[in-house]
Amino acid sequence: MELELTEEQTSFQQTTRKFLGAECPIATVRALETDPIGFPPEYWRRGADLGWTSLLVPEGDGGGSLSEHGLLDLVLVAEEMGRMVSPGPLVPVSVVASALAEQGTTAQRAAVLPGLVSGEAVAAWCGPDPIDAVPAGDGFTLNGVARSVEAGAQAQHLLVGARVDGGVIQLLVPVDTVGVTATPLGGLDLVRRFADVRFDDVAVPPSAVVGDAGAAAEAIERQLQIAIVLQSAETVGAMDRIFEMTLEYLGDRYSFGRPLSSYQALKHRVADDKMWLEACHAIATGAARAVATRADDAAELVSAAKVWIGPHATELMQDCVQLHGGIGVTWEHDLHLYLRRATVNRVTYGTPEDHAERIASQVLGAAS
Amino acid sequence: MTTDVEPVEEFRRRARAWLADSMPPYAGDADARFDDGRREVEKGLQRRLWDGGFAGICFPAEYGGLGLSVDHQRAFTEESLPYDMPFSLNVPTLGILAATLVDFGTHEQKLRHLPAILRGEELWVQFLSEPSGGSDLAGCLTRADRDGDVYVMNGSKIWSSAAFASDYAMCLARTNWDVPKHRGLTMFIVKIHQPGIQVEQIRQVDGSMEFCQEFFDDVAIPAADVVGEVDDGWTVATRLLIHERNAVGGGSPYTSGRSTGHDSSRHDDTLARMVQESGQAGNAHARQLVAEAHVRQLVAGQLIQRVTQGVTIGAMGPPAGSLMKLFAATNVMRRYEIGLELAGAGAAAWPADTETVAQQLSELTLWRQGLSLGGGSNEIQRNIISERLLGMPREFAADREIPYRDVRRGASPSKG
Repeated sequence: MELELTEEQTSFQQTTRKFLGAECPIATVRALETDPIGFPPEYWRRGADLGWTSLLVPEGDGGGSLSEHGLLDLVLVAEEMGRMVSPGPLVPVSVVASALAEQGTTAQRAAVLPGLVSGEAVAAWCGPDPIDAVPAGDGFTLNGVARSVEAGAQAQHLLVGARVDGGVIQLLVPVDTVGVTATPLGGLDLVRRFADVRFDDVAVPPSAVVGDAGAAAEAIERQLQIAIVLQSAETVGAMDRIFEMTLEYLGDRYSFGRPLSSYQALKHRVADDKMWLEACHAIATGAARAVATRADDAAELVSAAKVWIGPHATELMQDCVQLHGGIGVTWEHDLHLYLRRATVNRVTYGTPEDHAERIASQVLGAAS
Repeated sequence: MTTDVEPVEEFRRRARAWLADSMPPYAGDADARFDDGRREVEKGLQRRLWDGGFAGICFPAEYGGLGLSVDHQRAFTEESLPYDMPFSLNVPTLGILAATLVDFGTHEQKLRHLPAILRGEELWVQFLSEPSGGSDLAGCLTRADRDGDVYVMNGSKIWSSAAFASDYAMCLARTNWDVPKHRGLTMFIVKIHQPGIQVEQIRQVDGSMEFCQEFFDDVAIPAADVVGEVDDGWTVATRLLIHERNAVGGGSPYTSGRSTGHDSSRHDDTLARMVQESGQAGNAHARQLVAEAHVRQLVAGQLIQRVTQGVTIGAMGPPAGSLMKLFAATNVMRRYEIGLELAGAGAAAWPADTETVAQQLSELTLWRQGLSLGGGSNEIQRNIISERLLGMPREFAADREIPYRDVRRGASPSKG
């Protein structure tokens, strides 16, 4: 997180924290484990009222940000949601809302943004990998499967990339279009829902195309960057909370007549954990700033965040489990909820290894 | 007196033009080929900065600096990247010793030394560690006994960088043996090259001779050269160590130009070049390793920015500097490990008549502990982070509330 927030940002952060603590405590998160949607719709609408879904949408479309860069406001929400392992489709809704706000036609914006901003509707982003499309009449016919789409079975709108005639386009497809099937998947996180979304001979009109055809690859890259910035902020928020809990536990728990926190073997591990945590904060913040300002090194910093944060988040949390002892591996303790979230975030929107390869391509050139 | 501060961007433009006219281009390996000749070149470069009005950007104007902000310094450093700079003056002279002098020196001490330092005329070093002391800096046995207007110093210091080529040191010595260890120390300014001080260079595992041991034999130090209060040298030393961690970690406001040596955020394409030259650029494992090293540099840079900002605005306490130091030290170790893996058999043997990257890397690997030991070992940084930053209980110490003369001590090796 940024170390210096504006007054508005601090107040927004506090409001979000209070709301999550009161309306969606961890007991509620646990109770949603078997819920097919994975989040209470009313909770999501009220979160939207607080501004969660408005920040990447311009005022003309019913949105508005607190600071110059809405993304730097939005990472505060992602971080708070990480701290409470909160439910809700923040990443896909934000990615699609921002894509439409930046590139959507007037009709697309009018059709989708009000619902997303109010929290009444959900959108899913079918990821950076395109499916197949062939021209058919004025429009296109889509075939293929978008795998592990977050909120794919909860969404009313899908933003999907498609390969057509050797190029890439992006399409906005209502989920109730004939031939679209979202199959919910099981998953590691108790409340984060993924689905495989199948497109069988799905006919879409030309009005479904989002943005200029030639600019789709760049737009998809930006969507990926936004997704990763939010994901990174969420993971870092989760790490922050786990670290606090562990530090407190080590102070409270006594063995051999002294607090665990007095043992140097443990203090030194905690020091390393703190260093990793601050490094995660640092690279997450660096990536967020770069994407918000469209800096030249945005892609590089985003991939660096993926490479660094994923493995260090799970390592830190596993170490916190070890520091808790047996209670840390029980279902009753909340640690595993955080570990689940961090693990899911580590491997989605590209694994650390995928992103290391992106970095390698930049440093060494493409692999031959 | 109030004056309008030059806006950062104007300062940046002025610096850019001046640098282009005044400084030679960066040769790329200045710190790797450091010797006495290079040292003289750097003193000359510092003098150019002074003559051009760009020396000591964050130092007080009263003592020859520019009295500008960290943002000005950062802008200058960014503009200076293509140029050769007096890199070795940054650490320890400017970033550690001059910084400590700003905090604790008397008006006369600052007047006497800071402008000279900023002109490149004085190189400084710290005399803290002792052969018997290890990480226990306050367990200092070098003594300074008051005799009229002077203190008479006897003892030995070790692990000082390039003391043989330096002019002055800040030296911690025991002035009171009847109080607990932290309360009987005093910091002195010591002129290095004078009768009674013998400087010996120590050969390191990589063959380098930078580090020194000093022996003091009835050296007379004027009482006016006490830094801070008598018997309160630990306060000065503590601040010096904070400056050291910031400077070594790459986050000092008092240093100018790209960081060199062990700064893990520095851009370095050595590994990438080696991978390309050895035909491994298509190897997936090698690509992952190169990417990891690159990411570590990026993360180090972001961490330095974060901690520097945090300490500046008060969101983090000064002990947060240890985060940068520990990160840099562990980063270096991992980087050389990656280098060794990528170098393969080239790290064992090389053509006798050419210098290869693999050779450089394998020799550096022997020395990879340098940053993990110098400037406070990793273990000490972990103590500082856990105790000072996170508030965990302090380690038990058997020497805390008793007069230092009664503290048990082990046998003193001549070097150790």
